[in-house]
Amino acid sequence: MSAGVGVDLENLWIRFGDFVAVRDANVNINGGDFFSFLGPSGCGKTTILRAVSGFLDPSEGKVLIGGNDMRGIGPNKRPTALIFQNLALFPLMKVWENITFSMEINGASAAQRRKRGDELLDMIALPGQGDKLPSELSGGQRQRVAIARALCAEPDVLLLDEPLSALDLKLRQHMRTELREIQKRVGITFIYITHDQGEALTMSDSIAVMRAGVIDQIADGKTIYNDPNTAFAASFVGENNVFRGKIKQVMGNEALIRTNRSGDLVARVSTANQGKLKEGDDAMMFVRPEAFAIAPDGATGDHFVTARVTHEEFEGNAYNIFTEGEGGKEIKVSLPNLGQSFEDHTGQNITLEYETRNAVLVPAGELAAE
Amino acid sequence: MNNSFLRVSIWVYLAIFFLYLLGPLVIMSITAFNSSGFPRMTPWECLTFQWFGELFQDQRILNGIKNSLIIGAGTVVLSVAMGLAGALMLTQIWPKLRATYYTVIIAPILIPGVVLGISTLVFWDRINRMLGLGADSFLSNGIFLTVIGQSTFIASYCMLVLVARLQRYDVALTEAALDLGATHAQAFRKILLPFMRPAIASAAVLAFLASFENYNTTTFTFGEYPTLTIELAQKVRYGITPSISALAFIIVALTVFFALLNEAKLKRQELVAAARKNATVEELAGKIKLPSFFAGNMAAVLVVVFAVATITVVGTATAYNPGQCIANVKEQKRLEAEQRIQELRKQREEQRKKREAEEAEQGDAQQSAPKPSNNSGFGNVFAPNTLDSDDEDDATGAETPSNNGGSGGVFDPNSLQDNQ
Repeated sequence: MSAGVGVDLENLWIRFGDFVAVRDANVNINGGDFFSFLGPSGCGKTTILRAVSGFLDPSEGKVLIGGNDMRGIGPNKRPTALIFQNLALFPLMKVWENITFSMEINGASAAQRRKRGDELLDMIALPGQGDKLPSELSGGQRQRVAIARALCAEPDVLLLDEPLSALDLKLRQHMRTELREIQKRVGITFIYITHDQGEALTMSDSIAVMRAGVIDQIADGKTIYNDPNTAFAASFVGENNVFRGKIKQVMGNEALIRTNRSGDLVARVSTANQGKLKEGDDAMMFVRPEAFAIAPDGATGDHFVTARVTHEEFEGNAYNIFTEGEGGKEIKVSLPNLGQSFEDHTGQNITLEYETRNAVLVPAGELAAE
Repeated sequence: MNNSFLRVSIWVYLAIFFLYLLGPLVIMSITAFNSSGFPRMTPWECLTFQWFGELFQDQRILNGIKNSLIIGAGTVVLSVAMGLAGALMLTQIWPKLRATYYTVIIAPILIPGVVLGISTLVFWDRINRMLGLGADSFLSNGIFLTVIGQSTFIASYCMLVLVARLQRYDVALTEAALDLGATHAQAFRKILLPFMRPAIASAAVLAFLASFENYNTTTFTFGEYPTLTIELAQKVRYGITPSISALAFIIVALTVFFALLNEAKLKRQELVAAARKNATVEELAGKIKLPSFFAGNMAAVLVVVFAVATITVVGTATAYNPGQCIANVKEQKRLEAEQRIQELRKQREEQRKKREAEEAEQGDAQQSAPKPSNNSGFGNVFAPNTLDSDDEDDATGAETPSNNGGSGGVFDPNSLQDNQ
């Protein structure tokens, strides 16, 4: 991958009056990376994007693009292009005029613009649609026009603010692949904002998980999914079952946690917290639904959980069993559908089994809202 | 039953409503074509276009129209610019101040036009004096003052129109333009202004109409440049002629024409948009169609009908000569007048005879009740000469039912002349 222009946030604080939207963010984004900010709405991810694009001045700290401090440089002078959440296509301009707007600003002739517009329309697989109005295109087509318009400005960094959120599921999944391919082809840095962990996981080289203005973890998707730093990251990215308790004993990279309902359970301490969790600390253990298996009745030990089944459902690719869990929450178990027969356990006690490497222990903290 | 009653009453209501709205306009328009010297619909005398001719020979009216147009143009430019600035400010201003700002900027609409006129006059006069300029300076020019005075409140109307459109504007569009390298000025010119264009056009039309019809404010500020409304008001003071009806008719016709034209244009845009969406379906159907401008466009058809009607009427008007008819009416009036005079003479003769008879009897009859045959109770008191016209009026009303109007030709200066 060609080395694009990197973006660095150094000790970035953004305040609106008393409200702190972004708290001491430090992020290094490598040139040419597809980098995602993942978090629930209102966590400050869009604010960061606006600070990078220049619509907002940071209260403290710096935004560096390609190593240059961007303070005092307006959005029209930065080497960034932003794709808005609602796309913000110019409704009164034809598609090709939309796409080549940045060239019009630079005083290019209509013929030049037309030519470049057609090239870009070919690239986004919309040849011959240049004379339509944006309102005459479908959602996915508009999406691609917005991308072409941003790319026409030849930015070093492309910023995308939840651009897929308005699309339906099928189209969204299709556009994920397409976006990723476009990014590989043009080789510039993409900074992507989303609350959809599926989008972040499938497309990104790196993900920053954000919560209420704070960046919890920056890592690639696999690490975030398998080795979360915090309870928030663990519960926000993917489905997870939580077990609360106090640490009873630390054994190297593993630890025993004493839970109210399920007794003592063993888990792997997440990488970032190794050596930090001590005996007696409040902690949370996370086990993914697909990491459970049904154990023979009566099996006991530090990696078995026994609970009463409340209900079950068939999801197609998986069979889900819900049991009573800790603190009013239920435990979800997802058994892959491999053609085996499933018996109904509703109302019975079942014993679940997990492997220690699939249980992650982090300090107790705020969970993502469901 | 109940339902049908409701429906009927709705139609009746609508009929009354439109009669109330449009009746005066229709009647005024018709009077423009009656040859009678006073604007009236009955009695119908002759179809004539002479009042249009007279209208276009009236220098004061023409001058008034010219001044109105100049002032209207000035007001449009100033009001739309101020209105747009005010509307933009409303979206930019600190939210806590917004309500106050809105009230302040809307206030001129609530202030009586008279007050605005006086205050404009006084304010600019002060400024004029402060600057030590004479009475013929630019600042005391009637056109300048009228444009300024009218714009003080018309700008508020414009702002209301523009704000409505601006509220639908997505600020992200401006941000997108900035992000793509445009300066603020470029974003304004290339994105916001085109978006606002329909509202600016509406505001301009509104401003022009408001300026054109304004009287209250203008009456204080016009100076040496009376507008059409001022001229009309001054004319009405000395009695009106059907040429004013003719002017009203022209204004009504123009209004209807442009309203229809606008409607046709909108309808056409709709149809074009619809056609673009399902172009293939239409092409496949391949049925015989009217030219695209007309297809399913009632307003467009009406525009053409209207235009054709106008051309026909104007064409007829140039060829048509109501001279014969007017001569006939004159002749008829003369005959009627003669008849009346005859009858009057007969009446007087009878009265005279009666009186002579009474005098001959030498009775006290004169102090008894007045004679019922005499229309005027004091008929014998005044000299017959002075009574002439009054008596005629009463007599015609009562004795010549062949005359259509209750008031006959009484108010018509021409017919009075004919009588004598």
